Amino acid sequence: MKKLIQMTINDQIYEVAVEPNKTLADLIRYDLGLTGTKKGCDTGDCGACTVILNGDPVNSCLVLAVQADNAVIETIEGLSTDDGLHPLQQAFVEKGAIQCGFCTPGMILSAKNLLDKNPAPTEEEIREGISGNLCRCTGYQKIFEAIESTRS
Amino acid sequence: MKSYDVISTRANRIDTPDKATGKAVFVDDITLPGMLYGALLQSPHTHAKILSIDTSEAEKLPGVKAVITAKEAGQVKYGVSPARYDETVFAVDKVRYVGDEIAAVAATRLDIALEAVSRIKVEYDLLPAVFTVEDAVKDGAPQLHDEFKGNLCAEVHQEFGNVAEGLENSDIVITTEMKSKRQDGAFIEMQGCIAEYDNRGVLTLTSSTQVPHYVQRTVAMVLGMDVGKVRVKKPYVGAGFGIKAAANPMELACCILAKKTRKPVKMNFTREQVFMYGRARHKFHHTITTGAKKDGTLMALKHECWLDGGAYTSFGIATVYYTGSLLGGPYKLANMSYDGYRVYNNKPACGAQRGHGAVIARACFEQQLDMIAEKIGMDPLELRIKNMMETGDTTCNDLNMSSFGMAECIEAVRNGSGWDKKKGHMPPGKGIGVACGFFVSGAGYPIYRSDTYHGTVIVKLTEDGGTALVYTASAEIGQGSDTAFAMIAAEALGIPLENVRLASGDTDMGVDLGAYSSRQTLMTGHATKEAAENVKRQVLEVMSEQLNVPVDKMDIRNGFIEFDGDTPDFSALRTRYIKEHRGWTDNPDSEKLTFKEASRIAFLERGSIVGTGKYKPHSLGGKFKGAAVGTSPAYGCSAQVAEVTVDMETGQITIDKITDAHDCGKAINMTSVEGQMEGSISMGIGEAMHEEVIFDNQGRVLNDDLAEYKIVTSMDMPRVKTIVVESDEPNGPFGAKEVGEGAIMPTIPAILNAVYDAAGVRVYELPLTPERVFHAIQEYRERNKASA
Repeated sequence: MKKLIQMTINDQIYEVAVEPNKTLADLIRYDLGLTGTKKGCDTGDCGACTVILNGDPVNSCLVLAVQADNAVIETIEGLSTDDGLHPLQQAFVEKGAIQCGFCTPGMILSAKNLLDKNPAPTEEEIREGISGNLCRCTGYQKIFEAIESTRS
Repeated sequence: MKSYDVISTRANRIDTPDKATGKAVFVDDITLPGMLYGALLQSPHTHAKILSIDTSEAEKLPGVKAVITAKEAGQVKYGVSPARYDETVFAVDKVRYVGDEIAAVAATRLDIALEAVSRIKVEYDLLPAVFTVEDAVKDGAPQLHDEFKGNLCAEVHQEFGNVAEGLENSDIVITTEMKSKRQDGAFIEMQGCIAEYDNRGVLTLTSSTQVPHYVQRTVAMVLGMDVGKVRVKKPYVGAGFGIKAAANPMELACCILAKKTRKPVKMNFTREQVFMYGRARHKFHHTITTGAKKDGTLMALKHECWLDGGAYTSFGIATVYYTGSLLGGPYKLANMSYDGYRVYNNKPACGAQRGHGAVIARACFEQQLDMIAEKIGMDPLELRIKNMMETGDTTCNDLNMSSFGMAECIEAVRNGSGWDKKKGHMPPGKGIGVACGFFVSGAGYPIYRSDTYHGTVIVKLTEDGGTALVYTASAEIGQGSDTAFAMIAAEALGIPLENVRLASGDTDMGVDLGAYSSRQTLMTGHATKEAAENVKRQVLEVMSEQLNVPVDKMDIRNGFIEFDGDTPDFSALRTRYIKEHRGWTDNPDSEKLTFKEASRIAFLERGSIVGTGKYKPHSLGGKFKGAAVGTSPAYGCSAQVAEVTVDMETGQITIDKITDAHDCGKAINMTSVEGQMEGSISMGIGEAMHEEVIFDNQGRVLNDDLAEYKIVTSMDMPRVKTIVVESDEPNGPFGAKEVGEGAIMPTIPAILNAVYDAAGVRVYELPLTPERVFHAIQEYRERNKASA
């Protein structure tokens, strides 16, 4: 039986009826059409589906949608504004930190979470901050550079 | 020195703002009205006869729209190379590995499709299976394919020069073995596709592929359709690294389901299925003998390799040739022999992966160079310089180095790493190692025998003037090819990058063989340049007619028409342009005639201005069997220095730093070139240190996820110093050549040589797990004790 849940995603309130076994990743992607959140494994290993849930990054493929009832969620679509890209998004573009781009939304959200909590991370803290997000294309160098360029 | 306005810069990539904001569309982001979801039935057995298939229970399930098996899919054989078409969409008489496709279902929901798959009843007669090269070639071993006796998929025997004589005349002869493990591509986007079949009989497949053109041909062949009725498109692709460089059975099944149901059908691999399907780097077992003179001159190389191929050929026939041919350089070597064998067994097929066929051969050989250097008391860097090929040289197997900045790469890593200060002066447990490598800038010949152009490009100017549209069937899979071609078009046409729009990855746009063998920058780049120059010439011809200035006295640069000598009076043209745009606020008032004005006038005079470009390589290579594999119009090359720390008590290796120099010809986009170097190194480190697809004793993948198959994470990756060495490649567009694969060649041997420098041990099997290194250290200590 479906359960009615309510959540705020990128400052917008959603009220949806969901099956109890539906993951948050599937809800966000297929029911709400926020396809910027990617799925690379469905088992919590790759980090591509990272979203920020009540202030903390989570693999949305490991969270059931019903667990996110009343939650405040931020996805990649919530970062850019009418004025343009978020500084982290801009840095990823300028530093060449994006190749195939499939890990990018999750990677940027993990980086944003890191910088929100620690505006001046060391290299080691940056490495740890994105260690749950796998990237097979870049070798992480330019991702480090992009994050370093936006720390205060 | 030519000066450029667009290329050779660090322009932001044209695709990354959409990728950074989540707007870029990948195949699973697409939902179509009335779309069905497909699922595959795959064999749970390694080797079995199929006695019967009963789909009746699956068909009865509400929501199921089609169930297909070999009966519906037919028995057309396909594969990668026509020389070894050994697959059918679904197993016909037997299954050959755990994962072999048997049937597919399309249903209104994915869960219904999966439930239906579970209701298909298959009766099997289990057959004995083999999982290793050694067991597969034994007398009486179970046979996978009737046509290939002894499970020998392909064998190669080549000799150039006289190896026996070369070895006889050597002062030092070294023989070593090297064993590697099966790899997985581990791209973050799993394979997926959507097929649609319209009312006019046109099939459109949207797929996460590197090669729309080859997929189009395979779909047409297998479904018995006219190529003109099959369109293959790729949206953004979450990388491929070679594994997505051929049609897969899911794509074919999806097409058949869409044709049958007349509805769009979406199918995706799960991560587990990505591992089950395989097609990544083979497991290699090399034995190499190298002979050299006391002065370090390389005399001969004798090479034998066994490739663990899996159940089907995939790219394997090319792989087994590449494995031998790419040892022909980058060193001067007159005598080389190669005996290669690719063997079938009951595991997933192996295929092509970054550095196709050549990575482990190089890992073996580059260690031997260090052993020779040590024996004769020569710096390993000097030994490499002594034997290095130069621009214009041709290998003993007929590969011509039309540009070759290898010496510059070696000097760059020597200085960049501080080699001279470090080599021989590192504290115990720390070491430094070097290696070199090279790779093709595109395969010299298509996978199927043909005189086809390898790439065609269309450039069309918008009729209002000012914007160039570039249409190419090439495949942006993350490497940055869309940006490279937009930059090449902008440079060749003489307009700013922001005035170029590009669409790619669609077979309706022309022919392009796709993203494999590091071919697109050179090949599609040529076609793009030619198309853009064609358009430029048309615009200048119209200007010539209008202004009475010869075409060769004009040029277009940075969006303006430039004249040799005095600028003619173009006020009539400007007035005409402005009249065309009454009420517009951005009418030109520059002192120079703009490209915008010129291209609008050109349209008014001639209609749509469209230019086409095309490219195929000149005739390449020798006449011997297999001579085509390894040929290329140009070769990129690189040198790398690795610095490592080895914990002598635990065998744990830490890679402290990598310094990499790569000759990519003219760099079209500097940032993208560095990105390819860094990405190659991370994949090389993964293969060297921890990547291994592990099977149980029934041929099932044990570590079929990204937790247990360990690719490099942000915690593992050392800082990399990249040095771009530019040369002027005569066969490349604006002098450009490859960077995507050559940069992985030296990584593994540079690490292995650094480990030896640090710990005194040579490890002949990958990956370098602490256990393996620990045992090597123990043996080394025992040996030293015994000899002391």
